[in-house]
Amino acid sequence: MVFKGCGFGGSGTRIGELVFSTGMIGYPEALTDPSYRGQILILTNPLIGNYGVPCVRRLKNGLLANFESESIQVEGLVISNLMPSSHWSMCYDLDQWLRMHGTPGIYGVDTRYLVKLIRDFGTVMAAVVVSEHVDDMDVHGLFDSLKGAFYDDLDLVDRVTIREPILHNADENRDSPIILVVDCGVKHGILRNIVGRGYSVARIPCKSDPTKYIYRYDRVVGIVYSNGPGNPIKLDQTISYIRSVIELDIPILGICLGHQLISLALGCDIFKLKYGHRGHNKPVINTLSNRCYISTHNHGYAVGFDSVRGSGFRVWFIDPDDRIVEGLIHRTKPIITTQFHPEASPGPNDTTWIFDLFIKMIERRT
Amino acid sequence: METPAKTLILGSGPIKIAEAAEFDYSGSQALKALKEEGIETVVINPNIATIQTDRAFADRVYLLPLTSEFVEKVIERERPDSILLGFGGQTALSLGVSLYRSGVLDRYSVRVLGTPISGIEAALDRELFKSLMNRSGVPVPPSASARDPSAAVEAAESIGYPVIVRVSFNLGGRGSFVAWSRRDLEEGINRAIAHSGIGSVLVEKYLDRWKEIEFEVVRDSRGNSIAVACLENVDPLGIHTGDSVVVAPCQTLDNTDYYNLRDASIAVADKIGLIGECNVQLALNPRSRDFYVIETNPRMSRSSALASKATGYPLAYIAAKLALGYSLDELLNTITGATCACFEPSLDYVVVKIPRWDLDKFEGVDRSVGSEMKSVGEVMAIGRNIYEAFQKAVRMLDLGLEGLDASYLNDHDLETIIGRLKSREPYWFIYVYRAIKLGADLDELSSITGIDKFYLYILKEIADAERSARDSLDGSGDRSIDPDIDAVEIPKDYLSALKSYGFSNSQLANLLGVEDQRIRLLINRYGLKPYIKRIDTLAAEKPARTNYLYLTYDGVDSDIDTRGIADKHRNRILIIGAGVFRIGVSVEFDWATVNLARELRSRGFKVSIVNYNPETVSTDWDESDNLYFEEVSLESIENIYRYEKPRGVIVSVGGQLSNSLAKELEEHNIPIIGVPGKTIDIAEDRSKFSRLVEELGLRQPEYVEATDLGEVISFIDEVGFPVIVRPSYVLSGTSMKIAYNLEELLSYISKATKVSKKYPVVISKFIEDAIEVEVDAVSDSRRIVGVTIEHIEPSGVHSGDSTMVTPVRRLRRSMLSDVWRCVSSIAMELGIRGPFNIQFLVKDGATYVLELNLRASRSMPFSSKSRGVNLIRLFADVVDKGYIDLDLGGYEGSFYELPPRSWAVKSPQFSWAQLKGAYPYLGPEMRSTGEAACLGNTYYDALLKSWLAVSPNRIPPSGSIILVYGRGGVDRNLLAEASTFLKEAGYRVASFAGLEVDGADLVLDLEDAVDYIRRGKVGLVATSGYMPDLDYSIRRTAVDLNIPIILNSMLALELSRSLKWRVDGGIFSVDELSSYW
Repeated sequence: MVFKGCGFGGSGTRIGELVFSTGMIGYPEALTDPSYRGQILILTNPLIGNYGVPCVRRLKNGLLANFESESIQVEGLVISNLMPSSHWSMCYDLDQWLRMHGTPGIYGVDTRYLVKLIRDFGTVMAAVVVSEHVDDMDVHGLFDSLKGAFYDDLDLVDRVTIREPILHNADENRDSPIILVVDCGVKHGILRNIVGRGYSVARIPCKSDPTKYIYRYDRVVGIVYSNGPGNPIKLDQTISYIRSVIELDIPILGICLGHQLISLALGCDIFKLKYGHRGHNKPVINTLSNRCYISTHNHGYAVGFDSVRGSGFRVWFIDPDDRIVEGLIHRTKPIITTQFHPEASPGPNDTTWIFDLFIKMIERRT
Repeated sequence: METPAKTLILGSGPIKIAEAAEFDYSGSQALKALKEEGIETVVINPNIATIQTDRAFADRVYLLPLTSEFVEKVIERERPDSILLGFGGQTALSLGVSLYRSGVLDRYSVRVLGTPISGIEAALDRELFKSLMNRSGVPVPPSASARDPSAAVEAAESIGYPVIVRVSFNLGGRGSFVAWSRRDLEEGINRAIAHSGIGSVLVEKYLDRWKEIEFEVVRDSRGNSIAVACLENVDPLGIHTGDSVVVAPCQTLDNTDYYNLRDASIAVADKIGLIGECNVQLALNPRSRDFYVIETNPRMSRSSALASKATGYPLAYIAAKLALGYSLDELLNTITGATCACFEPSLDYVVVKIPRWDLDKFEGVDRSVGSEMKSVGEVMAIGRNIYEAFQKAVRMLDLGLEGLDASYLNDHDLETIIGRLKSREPYWFIYVYRAIKLGADLDELSSITGIDKFYLYILKEIADAERSARDSLDGSGDRSIDPDIDAVEIPKDYLSALKSYGFSNSQLANLLGVEDQRIRLLINRYGLKPYIKRIDTLAAEKPARTNYLYLTYDGVDSDIDTRGIADKHRNRILIIGAGVFRIGVSVEFDWATVNLARELRSRGFKVSIVNYNPETVSTDWDESDNLYFEEVSLESIENIYRYEKPRGVIVSVGGQLSNSLAKELEEHNIPIIGVPGKTIDIAEDRSKFSRLVEELGLRQPEYVEATDLGEVISFIDEVGFPVIVRPSYVLSGTSMKIAYNLEELLSYISKATKVSKKYPVVISKFIEDAIEVEVDAVSDSRRIVGVTIEHIEPSGVHSGDSTMVTPVRRLRRSMLSDVWRCVSSIAMELGIRGPFNIQFLVKDGATYVLELNLRASRSMPFSSKSRGVNLIRLFADVVDKGYIDLDLGGYEGSFYELPPRSWAVKSPQFSWAQLKGAYPYLGPEMRSTGEAACLGNTYYDALLKSWLAVSPNRIPPSGSIILVYGRGGVDRNLLAEASTFLKEAGYRVASFAGLEVDGADLVLDLEDAVDYIRRGKVGLVATSGYMPDLDYSIRRTAVDLNIPIILNSMLALELSRSLKWRVDGGIFSVDELSSYW
């Protein structure tokens, strides 16, 4: 199928998995979320761009204060209406910003219709083409190349992870204990949440061996496995490192992709959802307390419910609407994981207490 | 928590400005929620026109004043084990708190469900709230109280200028002012302190031009909280949210703004221990992250009703369930039927709400929009884009604007426009639109209005689209186009783009200077059509087959499958709702709409409703098979009709708006069920109707259908003054005036003809001091079943402002038969098959036909509930079976009066206090905003209760002064008679010099009269007529201080008699509604 709209932002052709998010707000955060790498994002809110895009603000420790990574991560953006923008904090409008990053966008699309198609057929590969000469486009050729492209086969983490470790010190305090963050495409929101709790962060490449860094920095008190794009099964190296890290009995927090990787390491299954969970309005029920929280989701894969048995985990959080596993807590080891995003950004801050809990786990050990 | 067995629900009483039909919606939903649980429900609400006081909703209904005394009597009789306070507005909440404080709830072991009283008190008491928030780290605007100027200055210096000085314990905000500097403060502070009843002022940080944002928070007893909606007030802080344009979801907040405010809102709910629903209002600095929580309403509110409709999330229903002890995740999101209620709706559309004002009806009223609400209704429009939603909303206001259009301001220059924006007149967007077209700078407009530039850009884009549409026809952009040109050449893509900007066909036709028909043809030729989208709370993420629908031109796909509907469905019916509430159109038409829909659905019909009023029950998606939250216009109904292919459209339950569409719909081959459009036109067009009355040989006031002044003059020569001037298609007396001399007459005519130039002006003789009678009835063209109602006030007072009594009291049997004969002969002649209302005057043994409304009338809930027979159900019989299915006990005549078993009286509710400056008086123009009705075993029982059910009426304390005065003639005689009764009832009667009545105990001059009222010595003011030059300050002071005022001498007399009846030992009956039938 071909949808026509008006192009904005960068021009060119980009291919990616076509996904949608129902989050109504927070497009600068969403678009810079590395988990969206390899994906073309549809926003279901029909009015986008209203408050423009802010200037980059950086904290002293190098973390971004108002974005989730250094650049736009989505392959392309599909929206209904590109709005005029007005906000005191804005530096650019959405069009300018996308152009700066060379990311093509398209507006004037009936996004609700697209969402319904995806809902019925499942996520598909798609191309966004922004060109002055759309009429001359080789549609057949494009469809052929889409047929050969498989999101699940791509090593997307490789495109978003860091090459060398980076240290982000907690404010002013250079002696603060370190939490190792295995960066598979980490959102700065996660890092801000750790640093904001008085712990320094050492980001290490996704496929590196954490034990090496635990010895290098002698102040490591916990490990966080970050979010990131793509198929977790591709990351067998990372998964095998996790198995050895678990033996160290060090507190571990897994978020999103990190949650999936840890689950795989402990023998759970992963399956691909028909069209994923992407939005900021999702309930998750804490099975231990029976409390329900509103959380940010951005995942296309999930842990098989039945496979949790025997892994040493118990299901910690569950989405009441489709019974998808949204978090795990280990029965004996200091490991907690969430499929959702306690760091929010964008989205509600109702589950930032997960970080507090993780810190408490660390403090209990030291 | 133990499930209650029997729950009492307090309503909000008659509709007044700031407390309107939204509470019928919330109460009705709560009743549904309780009913599902098998809980017996008892409702107390004297608003007879509400749906919640139908026995289909509540098990037990009490039409009684909402006062502690009456509620206690009901509790004593019904012995409910629990009470819900959050569904009847501020009235119910305050009443609940006072019942709790006085120990009534404890005494009868009535448990308060939902938010505990301590939480309600913490939310309502400003000082308590402030300290609770301060302790919890939730920012509230800094403030301090001060008792002298130096303390005020000190407070202001520590808070920082500007500050607003609020005068404590003073009504109407008098003495309050904004100080931008110390000098300002010192200038106004003495006066402010002097104005305060307790010599104290509150100095608060003035948040000039800050954004006003509202969150609707739901919280359960386990502490699970969600923010169901974020509503952005387009008008800045300082404009009452009820008078603001409101957009949902919030458009100008980024992620940080949004979640800062959301988190604070949830913290507020947490701190007050909310169980149910609350609204949190916040102020956000438009230039930084600073924000404050302004206040919270721990109950369903106008905003929560709007949020329910805007999101599809059934807030009131869920709130009621939470009050029963459920947790959010245990409840189903009933709109999807598949997902849990613990989530936050995601909107893939935008909603624009605009208030509707009727200030033109009020003489002397302060026209500026500010911190006190003045609007009487609101519209909500849904679009896939905000241009479309905004233009729809403007049309929905029914002001005669076809979308954004400032052409009637064409003679205004920019300076004038800016002036009107600065004085904050209603409908700022029309002025802004004009200003933008005149090239005004958006930054300047934003700084004048305090409106975010985002919204000004929206208007600018619409203006640009309009200009380019004009330019597309020729280069000049401003010329008159020959209406006869054969075709307007607008390319398809271009026309499609204009449609998705929300331009209506008529609007485009006006713009391009062609006939509507031509645009329609072009649109049909291009195959352009709107698509139908669902509102499903989850942005299509999951398949949800909801029936909550809207139309959009911004799309390529409909959510409902329209291919399946091939032929007309015999059992599919489209009902048109009442649209925007305004003076004269209110909850009574929603009652009729909902009742008809329910009746027809119960008989197997598939009913679709078109309506766009967010404060109604008819726009609850569970009240119809398909709800189109859409415009009530020819264009939108035609589009819906094409999709739905119903058997026909019903226009006779939605009041004037839908009724007046009948003829046009029929001309476009859309069948009308009930009375045909052509017939409706006869009733609506006064000259045609007068001709009909004449042909039937019935009496009517002498009239002339004048097309020029000569005819008017010769008519006057013949009949003399006074005369009544009525333009055709009158709504609630708009431009209907009584003229006592030529000068008045001529000035009215010029105004009236401007209103409706299509029709000639009809002038009729005004019959003074006649008894006004009306008949509400349903006919199947063979039999008529109805109720006859008498007005207490004589002719000249609008029917909607009259106190109505049934059965009739003053008509002799023969006169009554005469009235019924007239009803029969008109109904038979027109072959009426549906509901109707006819108004009569009776004087000196003669019956005069005044007017016919071929639709459900304002009084139909009253007539139905006074007799226990739902007239709308009889209409459903006519639609369904073709005849009225009612056992008339062998009655042979054509008109059957439903037999009365008790007395029923309906009293108008005015909102004078809310409309600062307006002169309170009664006339042929309607000014009341609502009504209350009570039934009684005696006439006085019903009358006095009904009067007491209206705010701020109360029985004056024994021995207090009653101020009685009026002009000479009939009025003064009646008032003198009233005085006698008042004195016998134990009151002292004071009168006003120059207008004094006989037998007054004391006579006061103007200054003293006002002073007596101010000092609280006067318990009631009774007067009559129109004399603002003499008594403006008396009437105004009384209403400003919430002193009851009676504005008609006949009513004064009747009420005096009933006060006397009460003193003589008369006892109010406190019975369930059905026991009066």
